[in-house]
Amino acid sequence: MVANALVNVPAQARPGEIIEIKTLISHAMETGYRRTQLGALIPRDIVRQFVCAYNGTEVFRAELHPAIAANPFIAFSTIATESGTLTFHWTGDNGFSVTESAAIVVG
Amino acid sequence: MRLFGAAVGVVALAASAFAGEIPRVDRRSGYDFMSRETRAMQDDDTANPGLLWVLDGGALWNRKTGAAGRACADCHGDARASMKGVAARHPLFDAARGRPVSLEQRINLCRTDRQQAPPLAWESRELLALTAYVARQSRGLPIEIAIDQRAQPFLDAGRATWERRQGQLNLACRQCHDANWGRQLAGSVIPQAHPTGYPLYRLEWQSLGSLQRRLRNCLVGMRADPYEYGAPELVDLELFLMWRARGMTIEAPAVRP
Repeated sequence: MVANALVNVPAQARPGEIIEIKTLISHAMETGYRRTQLGALIPRDIVRQFVCAYNGTEVFRAELHPAIAANPFIAFSTIATESGTLTFHWTGDNGFSVTESAAIVVG
Repeated sequence: MRLFGAAVGVVALAASAFAGEIPRVDRRSGYDFMSRETRAMQDDDTANPGLLWVLDGGALWNRKTGAAGRACADCHGDARASMKGVAARHPLFDAARGRPVSLEQRINLCRTDRQQAPPLAWESRELLALTAYVARQSRGLPIEIAIDQRAQPFLDAGRATWERRQGQLNLACRQCHDANWGRQLAGSVIPQAHPTGYPLYRLEWQSLGSLQRRLRNCLVGMRADPYEYGAPELVDLELFLMWRARGMTIEAPAVRP
């Protein structure tokens, strides 16, 4: 099934206001340390990187590791500078790649 | 004569107190026993991972499937209207089967009978997604389990399972959840076992899960042999639990620790 992402960005903000951004991505985050009942290693399958860009400028980046729980929830804040688009990009093992975007009006 | 009636009343009251049923005013959802952080997670639709399954379910609702080439939406239309309150009424007596069916079973019956598609496996992403999507439409509504003459024997069977001691630990459900709720079992608070939020996201599972998965967990904890998914015993127990929680508010998809 196609991976889903949920992002929460305030629709409106005042210039210079600190805004909170919350993201949730559907992913199993298989650690690569677990074994099947027959002892075979289950290969690692995790989200490796998350990047948020604000009108093309990177404002937040995170590296993810095997100890992070399934369906990673990432919340952070940035300063509302101008109206435009925030893009969110998750990449990971096995060619995992999801892009989501949200619009914000500043003024 | 009046004195005799009063005496019978007192005896009946004493008997019900002995059975340890939770008075309606004292009933509390598992939500009330959670930490502030976990409650915030459930309440925020962008932090509640259960909503990921709801999104999936919405897509499945509109997807044509099976030999009939029909989507759920082709018969039921907009789920926000047609599925409102449905989860609050299940398990519901099904005249054709002659017994109550759970929400998951109802979805699979629709698949096999109407869509002519193979039933979805229990705890599969698809079945959980559809169940979560349907259950989400009942959020905020009170549980309404109507017990008529046909459903009564199944309710009684569910209650019997609730009261029967099982497993190597020789425990009955009610010993924990009626008699000792609010106390600690190791590091966790014992909740009252009201199924108000299923299917729900359990942090321990790192996934959404059905009420039957939770019941099987409990049975394994009692070191009893868990009933198979979809077993009549589990559906009857579901029916009893939903009846016991009647009037309480649906929270699906809930979050639990």
